[in-house]
Amino acid sequence: MLEARQLSFHFSPDAPLFDSVSLTLNAGQWAGLSGDSGAGKSTLGKLLAGYLAPFEGEVSLDGKALPKSGVQPVQWLPQSPELAVNPRWRVGKILREAWTPSNAQCQTFGVQPSWLSRFPQSLSGGELQRVCVLRALAPEVRFLIADEISTMLDPITQLELWQALKREAEQRQLGVLVISHDSSLLERLCPQRLHLSGGQLNPW
Amino acid sequence: MSMAQPRLRALFSLGLTALLITGLIASQWLLGDSPQQMQFNARLAPPSVDHWLGTDTLGRELWARTLAGLALSFWVGCLAALLSTLIALSLAAIATLSARLDALVSLLIDTLLSVPHLILLMLIAFALGGGTQAVIIAVAVTHWPSLARVLRAELWQLRQAPYVRISRALGKSRWFVIHGHLLPHLVPHCLVGALLLFPHAILHEAALTFLGFGLSPSQPAIGVLLADAMRYLSGGYWWLGVFPGLGLLLMVLGFERLSTHLRRAL
Repeated sequence: MLEARQLSFHFSPDAPLFDSVSLTLNAGQWAGLSGDSGAGKSTLGKLLAGYLAPFEGEVSLDGKALPKSGVQPVQWLPQSPELAVNPRWRVGKILREAWTPSNAQCQTFGVQPSWLSRFPQSLSGGELQRVCVLRALAPEVRFLIADEISTMLDPITQLELWQALKREAEQRQLGVLVISHDSSLLERLCPQRLHLSGGQLNPW
Repeated sequence: MSMAQPRLRALFSLGLTALLITGLIASQWLLGDSPQQMQFNARLAPPSVDHWLGTDTLGRELWARTLAGLALSFWVGCLAALLSTLIALSLAAIATLSARLDALVSLLIDTLLSVPHLILLMLIAFALGGGTQAVIIAVAVTHWPSLARVLRAELWQLRQAPYVRISRALGKSRWFVIHGHLLPHLVPHCLVGALLLFPHAILHEAALTFLGFGLSPSQPAIGVLLADAMRYLSGGYWWLGVFPGLGLLLMVLGFERLSTHLRRAL
């Protein structure tokens, strides 16, 4: 169970982003997070994945603090895949940075073998996003924070990506927090939906 | 402009510079003691078929002395630029460790940039007693700030790059991130930075030697040749200053062009 208790965070002391926000995500659970631009959705996602430290409160996994080293069990998937990959590495090396996915897993996520010898600049945003999603699914990973990962994809590619992720999550009992502005997407994917507004997190 | 053009130009400059370096190294080996051989019956001889670039006051062949001087300048420039790049890289890396260290390194960079180069060079070379080693150290110690500033900014930006953060989250060690993500990104900057430092280094070496704070007058350095030439210029012995100066100019321009083309290509 991924649990955030009483999280407070601000970029400037006069303007707190959110205050005493709590959230629980169980294994295998899909939760949706929406909110206006600048409400702090991505920041909350980064706090949950350990990319940022809260000023108050704590994030725990099964009652323990997130590990300091090794493959992090909570992985954050950013909106812009081109910033999430080393532009000097070939796609094959990027994909195998943490683990080596099988051919079947590559096929499930639509990662073509011909992409592996190419540089990320020669792949489209959608193709690169599939590589990033697959890269984040190392065996040690138990929770995913998907931060607007399908915003730049066409509807068919979006559907394929979410179906593949849904299958993988069901098999491995992965908990997924989907951050999106697209309310219809959140309705389709997530039984539990939350809305971040005015520094407060409310069911929606 | 097509993408291939900058690379082609860089390759052409690289080829020319490699040829120049090979020529300089080969000349050192082929010349033997020619730069020091005196011919008292041919003192201050103008350029001719027998004496290609003329001779100096002791009848020494100027072409041999110019080549030897350029070779010496090349080695001094290489070592000083290399040392300077290492200092810049180390300090840039230290600056990324904490905000306090960053402020300290920034202060050091600004302080050194605010002091006139040549004065600092003369003071350091004088304090170290002159000679090749003193010139190399003085040039290296005074030339790193501009490159350090570029590398520091690059490293700060890279450290915040999502792919670097993700690499750590994927279980990669700090060392892996440094040699897998950060260093390969900095290599082109270091290469171009060192090449840009090189012309500065040899010009300052020549200036320092010319002013009497650098290499020993017994060495056929370009600065020594130019300082000697100054005494005879009013007598009409123009070749004493023109050919060593022209050689230095060509070498500086060659490396400057190479670094410019490499920067565009990389």
